[in-house]
Amino acid sequence: MSCVRKRWCWGLLLAGCMVAAMGADNGPRQRSGVDYASEYIRTMQADDFSNPGMLWVTRGEKLWNASDGRTGKSCAGCHQDARSSMKGVATRYPLQDRDSGKLLNLEARINQCRQVRQGAEPYRYESDELLGLTAYVAHQSRGLPLAVRIDDSNREHYLRGRATYNRRQGQMNLACVNCHEQNAGRRLLAETISEGHGNAYPIYRLEWQSTGSLHRRLRSCYFGIRAQLPAYGSDELLELELFLAQRARGLAVETPGVRR
Amino acid sequence: MVARVQVPANARRGDVIAVRIAIQHPMETGFRYDLRGKLLPKNVINSLVCRYNGTEIFRAEMGSGIAANPSLQFYTVAADSGELHFEWVDDRGVRGEERARLVVSG
Amino acid sequence: MISRRTFLQWMAGLCALDAGSARAQAVASNDLRPLIAELTSGAAVTVGRIRVETPRLADNGHSVPMKLVVDSPMTATDYVSSITLLSPRNPRPLMAKFMLGPRAGRAEILTRVRLNGTQAVLAIAHLSDGTFWSGSAEVEVTESACLDAV
Repeated sequence: MSCVRKRWCWGLLLAGCMVAAMGADNGPRQRSGVDYASEYIRTMQADDFSNPGMLWVTRGEKLWNASDGRTGKSCAGCHQDARSSMKGVATRYPLQDRDSGKLLNLEARINQCRQVRQGAEPYRYESDELLGLTAYVAHQSRGLPLAVRIDDSNREHYLRGRATYNRRQGQMNLACVNCHEQNAGRRLLAETISEGHGNAYPIYRLEWQSTGSLHRRLRSCYFGIRAQLPAYGSDELLELELFLAQRARGLAVETPGVRR
Repeated sequence: MVARVQVPANARRGDVIAVRIAIQHPMETGFRYDLRGKLLPKNVINSLVCRYNGTEIFRAEMGSGIAANPSLQFYTVAADSGELHFEWVDDRGVRGEERARLVVSG
Repeated sequence: MISRRTFLQWMAGLCALDAGSARAQAVASNDLRPLIAELTSGAAVTVGRIRVETPRLADNGHSVPMKLVVDSPMTATDYVSSITLLSPRNPRPLMAKFMLGPRAGRAEILTRVRLNGTQAVLAIAHLSDGTFWSGSAEVEVTESACLDAV
């Protein structure tokens, strides 16, 4: 090509590579947020007693065995021992529900089970009950690699989630990729930016002085860039959650995680 | 209140054993405001007692200086087999309790 | 009509005030002496025998791990009866009081505390012989980078 000699041609090639890299599904690194945390946070997470998130796992275990709703059934009534029946389940979420045709995360699945199978009211996001049950179920997959599947049934959702991830938003005009891929490992004031994986959720966050969901953390990020907060359980957050799950494919579930 | 207690499964008489308890409680300081600007009233677990077969072996008087979802680790000498009984109360008068069995040989 | 000279003097005064308050922030704001006197009934407190172990740099002031260890044989006649935790900087200086006794076996407590900024936390041990001992540890408290929406 005659343009090869011209600098602008190389510039265009470089720009093309950068754009391609921006749109990539997996960043060059694949490290959990706990690897970016301080020694104290890592110690706190590793010890089941020191890990305050385990209080919600204990709560979830109690709820799992408690009868509820019109039917008076408990989760255990159908699913028996969660340690075997729920093992590996969290690694496949969010997923496309065949019956309803909806994209469900663990929280939505638990609420769907409550309404349809138990005849019970759905739990609100960030309630101790929903956090407890979600943490308890996800905890049964601790140590197992995330393995969400993208196929024709959920590809549209996945692509929309990816678009959200790469879209500049808010007063600060930042996209997730700008911090969590282009600047992962670097400092933002007193914090080290992680890669933004959701493999440890629900987490106990020192800042919250409580356990919280991935949607709560995502909303905090939106707040951080001064963008309008999508609602808990909204399509935007669910689709972003699906994209993030695919992006974190292979990382081990750590629920309950501890973060600052 | 949800609580988790950890004591060794087995101990020999005379062993110094670690006793651990974690309780879910906001330990509300009384200095925070809700999103509407209303002050959230102080509410902390102000007193926690541990009794070993009925005898008090540890007591904690706490304030808002103790972190939310308080976690405590202290020690006791393994004597007879029996029960560790924890009782605590917060500023609202809400009580909590938890028990743990202790098996001591020798 | 303010003269230019007066205006400049006012500005200099304001700047001095600002620097003064900034310096005051790094210094203790609670006078612990009356609290300590009440705790010990006026008895002297000797520095030593109790160690306060915390991270030098705290991730978040809401939750700082803390270990209190007293050098004591913990026998029936020589033991720690209580450990009191005091803060020079928190809005409530009395943080906690732990009652031990000869059945403890080891005078060691682990917990997590709230720290309202960088400070040296003070712990006072009361022994069975009636003496009081103190130890302290300085902790730097950082904040989270992004403001949270709750």
